[in-house]
Amino acid sequence: MRLAILGAGDVGRSVADLAGEYGHEVVAIADSTGAAIDPDGIDVERALERKVGGDAVGTGDPEAVFETDYDALVEATPTTLGDAEPGFTHAKRALEADRHVVLANKGPVAERYEDLRAIEAESAGSIRFEATVGGAIPVLSTIEDSTPQAVTAVRGVLNGTANFILTRMAAEGLDYEHVLAEAQDLGVAEADPTFDVDGTDAALKFVILANVLADGGFALDDADVTGIQDVPGSALDLAAEDGRTIRLIGEATRDGVRVGPRLVPENGALAVTGTRNIVQIETKHAGSLHNSGRGAGGPETATAVLSDVGRLPER
Amino acid sequence: MDNAADAGDEPDGDAETDGGVRAYTVRLELVDEPGELLRALKPISDNGGNLLSIHHERGNITPRGHIPVEVDMECPPDRFDDIVEGLRDAGVNVIQAGAERYGEEISVVLVGHLVANDLSETLSRIEDEASAVVLDLSLTAPEGTEGVASARIRLAIDSGRTTEALESIRAIGSAKDLTVVEPLLGGDA
Repeated sequence: MRLAILGAGDVGRSVADLAGEYGHEVVAIADSTGAAIDPDGIDVERALERKVGGDAVGTGDPEAVFETDYDALVEATPTTLGDAEPGFTHAKRALEADRHVVLANKGPVAERYEDLRAIEAESAGSIRFEATVGGAIPVLSTIEDSTPQAVTAVRGVLNGTANFILTRMAAEGLDYEHVLAEAQDLGVAEADPTFDVDGTDAALKFVILANVLADGGFALDDADVTGIQDVPGSALDLAAEDGRTIRLIGEATRDGVRVGPRLVPENGALAVTGTRNIVQIETKHAGSLHNSGRGAGGPETATAVLSDVGRLPER
Repeated sequence: MDNAADAGDEPDGDAETDGGVRAYTVRLELVDEPGELLRALKPISDNGGNLLSIHHERGNITPRGHIPVEVDMECPPDRFDDIVEGLRDAGVNVIQAGAERYGEEISVVLVGHLVANDLSETLSRIEDEASAVVLDLSLTAPEGTEGVASARIRLAIDSGRTTEALESIRAIGSAKDLTVVEPLLGGDA
């Protein structure tokens, strides 16, 4: 397929880089200030070099991407909350032009799911968004294969930063502030880690899961969210006395979304360590399925985008 | 709990009769009010149970302030579940039925200014509002009694009421500005 990529962060760049390997062609890539566009396929390497060198990916007008002859728009701009713009409008414009949309951007799917589905219903194109939940882990396609109606709940760890911090706190008996500083030094945590440690990032993913299970009805405001900032090392020590540990666990059902620090068995499936993610998909007829892997990272998330592209119907 | 469960589901010695009737022990917890015992026994006879003996331990109050009552009876095995269900429907708290102890144990971790915020009041609120019994408490206060402390509390809760109990504990936590780390229920976490 011919891909137009919006956003040239880790994910957008990795999609461009790996697209050829998956048999797709990149006809456009744009960041907020410029675009590289070529109907015969752009020179990906050159565009990425420019970006890494501190320039825009190209000298074209980002607006012109929508006029390009592409099959699927890859929306990989940063996640925004509330009205989820500009990601939402990007998806809308592509669908209205009867193109497919693959989202790596969580905002539109978490905050405006029904709007997005309504536009999709009027379009010859379809939307997919595997990359928005659990990076490389095939969570949504697993639910799709089991059919959402047969899935009763999805639980798990979907934020690597929070999980890394809790794992280090438990292992080293250190307090939150100390481990956070270490995580920032290692590049695991952002300079402003709020989005990860206050549970918002995990909540967005579980809101998306609840939307898939219930066919809409949820936004971030509907989620009950507690972060890990107030969990001291001593709480992890106490949990360990009982063979348990604390993880930032999300739960999505058709009734709601909850994210918060929870006690789980130390050697249980959900007690993944480091930045690893895991989801437990509880099914009606087949017990629980567990899927674990790398939940973030450019190439990892790009594989989810490209798997989605592979599942799109031909245009 | 004592060893009252020994007469439980397994046929022991001559407990099984020709008619397939077996002896069972149920342990109940009654509110100390007139007529409660009679009310508790009615579902047993209504469902075809034959009362053998009743130990009404008036002097022995449960941690919830209720009176434990132990009832020995016999009934056909297929009626026993109906009796237990009948007792529950009548609002009688069944602690133990047959060999099975109808209760669950969970642990929660509380974090916050536990000592400064009157830990014993927190615990009694949990016992009252969450209908739970505190079995065990482990407290660490590395910053001293005025600082942030953590406590792990092991609780006994009536079977099937864990979700409600956790909701109450969450409400107490938010009222007292404590972080409640709950166990994850459901699935095979």
